[in-house]
Amino acid sequence: MSEILAHPGARPVPTTGAAAFARRHGPWFLALAVALALPWLFYDWSRARHSGFVVAMLSQMSMMAIFALSYNMQMGQAGLLSFGHAVFFGLGGYCTAHALNAVKGGSFWLPTELVPLVGGVGGLVFAIVFGYVATKQRATAFAMITLGIGELVTACALMFHTFFGGEGGVSTNRMIGTSLLGWSYGPSIQVYYLIVAWTAIAVALMMLLTRTPLGRMANACRDNFERAQFVGYDPSIVRFFQFALSGFFAGIAGGLYTLTYEIVTFDTVAGAMSANALLMTYIGGVGAFAGPVLGAVLIVLLQSWVSLLSNSWLVYVGVLFIVMVTFAPGGIAGILLMHEPLWRAGRLGRLAVPYARLLAPGVIAVAGFVLLVELCSFLTIGAAQGKAFKLSGLTIDPQHPGAWLIGALLLGAGGLVLWREGRRFRAAWEALVEEIKAGARA
Amino acid sequence: MSEAAIRLSDVHKSFGPTPIIMGVSLDITRGERHAIIGPNGAGKTTLFNLISGRLPLSRGRIELDGQAIDGLPAHRINRLGLSRSFQITSIFPRMTVFENVRCGLLWSMGYRYSFWHLLGRESRLNAAAEQLLADVNLESRRDLPAGLLSYAEQRALEIGITIAGGARTVLLDEPTAGMSRSEANHAVALIRRVTEGKTLVMVEHDMSVVFDLADVVTVLVYGQVIASGPPAEIRASRAVQDAYLGTAAH
Repeated sequence: MSEILAHPGARPVPTTGAAAFARRHGPWFLALAVALALPWLFYDWSRARHSGFVVAMLSQMSMMAIFALSYNMQMGQAGLLSFGHAVFFGLGGYCTAHALNAVKGGSFWLPTELVPLVGGVGGLVFAIVFGYVATKQRATAFAMITLGIGELVTACALMFHTFFGGEGGVSTNRMIGTSLLGWSYGPSIQVYYLIVAWTAIAVALMMLLTRTPLGRMANACRDNFERAQFVGYDPSIVRFFQFALSGFFAGIAGGLYTLTYEIVTFDTVAGAMSANALLMTYIGGVGAFAGPVLGAVLIVLLQSWVSLLSNSWLVYVGVLFIVMVTFAPGGIAGILLMHEPLWRAGRLGRLAVPYARLLAPGVIAVAGFVLLVELCSFLTIGAAQGKAFKLSGLTIDPQHPGAWLIGALLLGAGGLVLWREGRRFRAAWEALVEEIKAGARA
Repeated sequence: MSEAAIRLSDVHKSFGPTPIIMGVSLDITRGERHAIIGPNGAGKTTLFNLISGRLPLSRGRIELDGQAIDGLPAHRINRLGLSRSFQITSIFPRMTVFENVRCGLLWSMGYRYSFWHLLGRESRLNAAAEQLLADVNLESRRDLPAGLLSYAEQRALEIGITIAGGARTVLLDEPTAGMSRSEANHAVALIRRVTEGKTLVMVEHDMSVVFDLADVVTVLVYGQVIASGPPAEIRASRAVQDAYLGTAAH
């Protein structure tokens, strides 16, 4: 696959000037425009109100994009698998809550727009402290230390009430009346736009960081830490700086979290939140800078939308994770990037039919799987909640064997056809790649 | 100031109870090309690992340009002007060829751990990296991930990374191992060219490379130096022939 990358494709690729800038960063500006416009697509003009659900979901996506990108500064860029990244997110959130309360109480003045920076500085300070310990090690030892730090801070969050507020957490009020724009930040749409602005800044900064000597040496230490030593670098210091800066951005995400929800509890520092970062980053793709953003969007979509439809949404997240790790270790971004050489050769259209042939059995197999999972769920949790399993007006009785049979049949038959079509698809793909390589040689 | 680029004084190294290096004392004169030969298991690579700080000494002293370096971590020794390659190719496989050589330059050009310089804008750095690519004949592979290069190209890239930082003393561990005759000839020409004016120490099994390139040859057998001198002298030495050349030569 990567061999074709070396050959110039049929499409000319601009390398300098405005055209290259537009080509490289166009998708980001498009994403920004979409982020700014989306709330208005769901605006209720008759009542002159934004959709609370959509604004909340978009806010969550945006802050999680920062969180996942900051995680990937360690995971993808420096090869450091952390199980405690939420610590910096959550502590950034706590710092922000205390700062908001202090500004509200008149202890000091800070414009609302800069409040997330308090989270960033908090994340940075704690990442310096914990990073000093963790980054002495790499690989498994590093992962174990971060796991320990995560547990330690979660335990502290329940012990030290003055700072963490115990189980109830720290509540705050974002309407501190110090906005430079004159906004009240009462309506959540105003907070959303503040989040989008900070996300744009954080994404740009993190992207620039990958192009600095530190960012490059983080890649180098990931690839071969011993070689990095023999070009003059101390890998543990490279890890330390990368870890600390990653904590800064996680803290900004935590600050935005506090502004949005006006409460921080211990679960912002807990293991589940750290796992969330890992999940989003891995499903989105660790190998590409933008991968974690895609993962954040998808996971938040599952969390906020699918969770409304189904009790078992976590099962779907889990299965998605396993499927991605097994079949697409490069994540969504990896899958997209695999198509780039084909697109550049102008042959992407040739995959339309093979893809269409995958779609039908794929949909059937997924439908069968979902049916079985939901039947299980309605047999247990659903029954306990007294809910009935309704599908477009039709009530399905989970006690009846017919429904189970249909589910098993869909999954089995769909899966079988999908497996065969998958082999056919792979053959078609490889033939196409060969064809492009032959064309490039000619 | 002493004339020796590297001075080993009574260097010992044991792995557990097993002695590997048993009292090696050796001066490597500044500017010479010095080959270390010896049968398998003689401790040649271990000696390199001791000099470059990859392994700690058990006993003895190592000086680089008159300064004691034993006990220093590898990156500190590198910053003092000693660079090395590895027997098993050691590059940054997921980064492009260009990024590989640029990483080799960063520290020596003073960037340290900077996160405020944008690499794309550092024209002096990038020009130096391009020059280095040209020096090792890899310009045509510039944007390819280094892991996809052929074996001989990866060896050439590793030599490029090794000399990038401008080290005055360069250690090469079997730079032509596993190469075809013509590839080895290219590699020798490359090594000769890029180590001009530097001190070169290399471990090498290929006797034609050794006698072609080296000014001084040291023979290491079971952790001890049994002979050291000009190639002609070594070739003629009876002790060396008995201990090494007689059995290993074809």
